[in-house]
Amino acid sequence: MAADGRLGAAAARSLGRLAQGYAFSAVAGVPLGVLLARSALLRGALRPVVLGLQALPSICWLPLAILWFGLSETAILFVVVMGSVLAIAIATEDAIAGVDPLILRAAGTLGIRGARFHAGVLLPAALPGILTGLKLGWSFAWRALMAGELLFVAGGLGQLLQNGRELLDAAQVMGVMAAIVAIGVAVDRVLFRILELRVRRRWGLLEEPA
Amino acid sequence: MWRQVGGRFALLTRAVRRARRRAGIGLLTPRVKRAGPPKIDVSRVGHRFGNQVVALRDVNIEVHAGEFVCLVGPSGCGKTTLLYALAGHLEPSGGRITIDGLRVKGPGPDRLLVFQEPALFPWLTVRQNLVFALRARGLSRADADARAREYVGRVHLDGFEETLPHQLSGGMRMRVQLARALALDPAVLLMDEPFAALDAQTRSHMHQLLQQVWLRDRKTVVFVTHDVREALVLGDRVIVMAARPGRVLQDLDVRLERPRDPDDDALVEMSRRIRDELRRAEAAGAAEGRDARIAADGAAPLGPAPHLGAPL
Repeated sequence: MAADGRLGAAAARSLGRLAQGYAFSAVAGVPLGVLLARSALLRGALRPVVLGLQALPSICWLPLAILWFGLSETAILFVVVMGSVLAIAIATEDAIAGVDPLILRAAGTLGIRGARFHAGVLLPAALPGILTGLKLGWSFAWRALMAGELLFVAGGLGQLLQNGRELLDAAQVMGVMAAIVAIGVAVDRVLFRILELRVRRRWGLLEEPA
Repeated sequence: MWRQVGGRFALLTRAVRRARRRAGIGLLTPRVKRAGPPKIDVSRVGHRFGNQVVALRDVNIEVHAGEFVCLVGPSGCGKTTLLYALAGHLEPSGGRITIDGLRVKGPGPDRLLVFQEPALFPWLTVRQNLVFALRARGLSRADADARAREYVGRVHLDGFEETLPHQLSGGMRMRVQLARALALDPAVLLMDEPFAALDAQTRSHMHQLLQQVWLRDRKTVVFVTHDVREALVLGDRVIVMAARPGRVLQDLDVRLERPRDPDDDALVEMSRRIRDELRRAEAAGAAEGRDARIAADGAAPLGPAPHLGAPL
């Protein structure tokens, strides 16, 4: 399976989808979280909805996605986005609500406002927390994608797994499972770990190694 | 003969002056009203927290341009509340505060608050902290950079431009905050116990530095502290406040030449007199407060009045 390139092709296909869906989630989720944290009106109106939808397993979006978008790439992406965008938004909101009020007061007395305040003070101050949210969102997106691919034949690792079941090939099933775990761990441990360490070191949240 | 008498007389006056100085007489006098419109005018300002605790009652203070005024008093006397009202971070529930005749409404670029904690942006280096604040004031990148370097040098932190705040000591961070405030060149500098968290030695270094910088720029400074000695070392004027309700007890001119030594006999004596005054006011206020509370609910008070922290 690995030798004939099916595993590589399937992994590439899954990761491609994940990249699209996740990028969209991050780009939409962080501003949504900022809005939730900064506007009492939006928070009142949207927060219960966001929290409620967060309780819905992402795969439950699949039937609706198929109704709306048909059996298409968009349907899968929709599931991935719905699975991760809310987690990112909630984590961003929490991170911004937890910013040291002293930093906000300092920005106020220094006369830093508007876009400069949001991009230069608020987001950097909340970045360690936002990064945690992005990490969480990533693992949600990965799970949603696998569930989607299992139920909805569209290539990728999920379908390869399903194939293994249909061919009664336990070795293939286990092989694909191992590949899914390996990719998940690699991104989590390598990419996010490095990013987080760098941010925490710069922000002074880590003990410097002696 | 007359010359001899004159010489004796001069000797005598000098001795009297020295003795008076040692006893701190004539060096700390009630404030003489100055001519001209004040820079900051606090007029009949009162403030209540939650309609309960009277943080300030009928406070009237005039500060002229270039004056270094210290507000000193025990915790709960409303000195920090008054400072935040000046900064525009808090609206007093009564009275008016004007700066150059304009009513204070919210924070403005003419006033800058220096906090007790260093309040730096932890993800920016020392230089970037200054540059970021300067760029927000509309300076070009090159101008902001040059100015940042100049002021980092002015607080003797050359060589630390590219250091992150968490790699600096508490005193150094405080100097960065001071440099950032000075670089922005506000008309009024409002300082909220900026050196309270520092150790004694660092604090006395900061006093020297601040005096040196102030002698050079002559900014209008309102400096809040609970340390009477610190107020006397730094201020042209010391406004003594008392708690419950927060009010001005005395407004004094400090006639000591700079730079001042905190261990100077006259200064120590003056500080002792102010502390005595504060203790008397506190005792009187406590007795009064007890009567008032008994009258209010007809029962003996339960413990001390609830303590309210700094506003915001």
